[in-house]
Amino acid sequence: MEEAVGLLGLYGPEAKILAGGQSLMPLLNMRLARPSVIVDINRIGEMDYIRPSDGGIAIGALTRERRVEDDPIVAERLPLLAALVKWIGHPQIRNRGTVCGSIAHGDPAAELPAAALALDAELAVVGKSGTRTLSPDDLYLGYLATSLAPDEIIREVRFPGLPANAGWSIQEVARRHGDFALVGVIAVLGLTEGRISEARLVCFGVGGRPVRFPEIEGQLVGSTPSEDLFSATARQVSASVDPDGDIHASAAYRKEVAGVLTRRALEQASERAKGGIQS
Amino acid sequence: MSVDIRSQAEAPEAAPRAITLTVNGKRYSARAEPRKTLADFLREDLGLTGTRVGCEHGSCGACTVLLNGAAVRSCLMLAVQADGQELMTIEGLADGNQLHPIQQAFWEEHGLQCGYCTAGIIMSLYEMLRRNPKPSDEEIYDTLGGHLCRCTGYQDILKSAKLAIKLIGG
Repeated sequence: MEEAVGLLGLYGPEAKILAGGQSLMPLLNMRLARPSVIVDINRIGEMDYIRPSDGGIAIGALTRERRVEDDPIVAERLPLLAALVKWIGHPQIRNRGTVCGSIAHGDPAAELPAAALALDAELAVVGKSGTRTLSPDDLYLGYLATSLAPDEIIREVRFPGLPANAGWSIQEVARRHGDFALVGVIAVLGLTEGRISEARLVCFGVGGRPVRFPEIEGQLVGSTPSEDLFSATARQVSASVDPDGDIHASAAYRKEVAGVLTRRALEQASERAKGGIQS
Repeated sequence: MSVDIRSQAEAPEAAPRAITLTVNGKRYSARAEPRKTLADFLREDLGLTGTRVGCEHGSCGACTVLLNGAAVRSCLMLAVQADGQELMTIEGLADGNQLHPIQQAFWEEHGLQCGYCTAGIIMSLYEMLRRNPKPSDEEIYDTLGGHLCRCTGYQDILKSAKLAIKLIGG
């Protein structure tokens, strides 16, 4: 890892890190990126792991997404994450793609950056000036722009566990399963004595980076789950997002779908919190 | 030559590197330019042209091979990354003139027309059946979802996959 950081420092912005390669290699093949140096980190030992960490899990820089699907520690501590990775590409992509690489790449329509934001993940970053810890909120600046320096690598991501009373949901619309999301929503709801005690809501595919809604989350806390509440929240989310239109979907369509998926996500998260869905 | 404004080092020469890898049980030693994809290396340097190159960005699945048993896109790996690794391509499936049961199933169910996508699909199904000889429909769809076919409409590929499961005894 020190050698990799050293090489990144030596060549600066001319160098690119190659982890799983499922985003970088298409860019190279299409000549959309033309770095003069590729630093392949795949042979760095002991970076492919999933470990318990406090109440949650820690995932190393070279852990492939496929491994998360049926890892017993993930299944026990954070089943949301096992369900989430199945939305990423296809098994053949997940066999190479890494969890930390997807988070570092920060595609605004990707699932893992959104999950890192929703789950308050901690990113352990190493660079030539030492190590630091970053939050996903501080990482994502805009479209494929992150606050990582050219010589920095995410060496580990730590996902805290969810409280026992929490339910969750992942909703996504894409033209074909495995395509990038046109819009996606991740919701987490904690219920205490029938009232919402914790709420997290993230939308992805609706702008330059995944979006969280702290104000809307704050309004949910203390309320009793109901159809009306979730519909009202859906309208708020739809009104707050500011997506771009492209050849895949118009901005208006994305806004509409963000609302619909928010309602579905809150309903499912609430059902799951009540114990109505086996995860 | 780029102007070095940040007092950074020039990129090292991209001279070909010596690599050794095992493909279909046979050891190969060769030289590969660092920028060459594994798919191109297999086809052009090792002459294993059963692996096809379609989209070159991971969407179509035609170039799928097994890397240490896992189905991966060979267009999204560099050949130098395969140094010391074990690969399997479509050429490694049949036993002489005896087709592998997955190949036999595609033959019997007309799972291919032009055949360009077929090698990749068969390698993915091979991995799937290694992981689970009795996959659910959802697992089959998930596996085939990683492949594009412009000819068949997929129904005969699905039938072939199901026959392969039967032939293998799942």
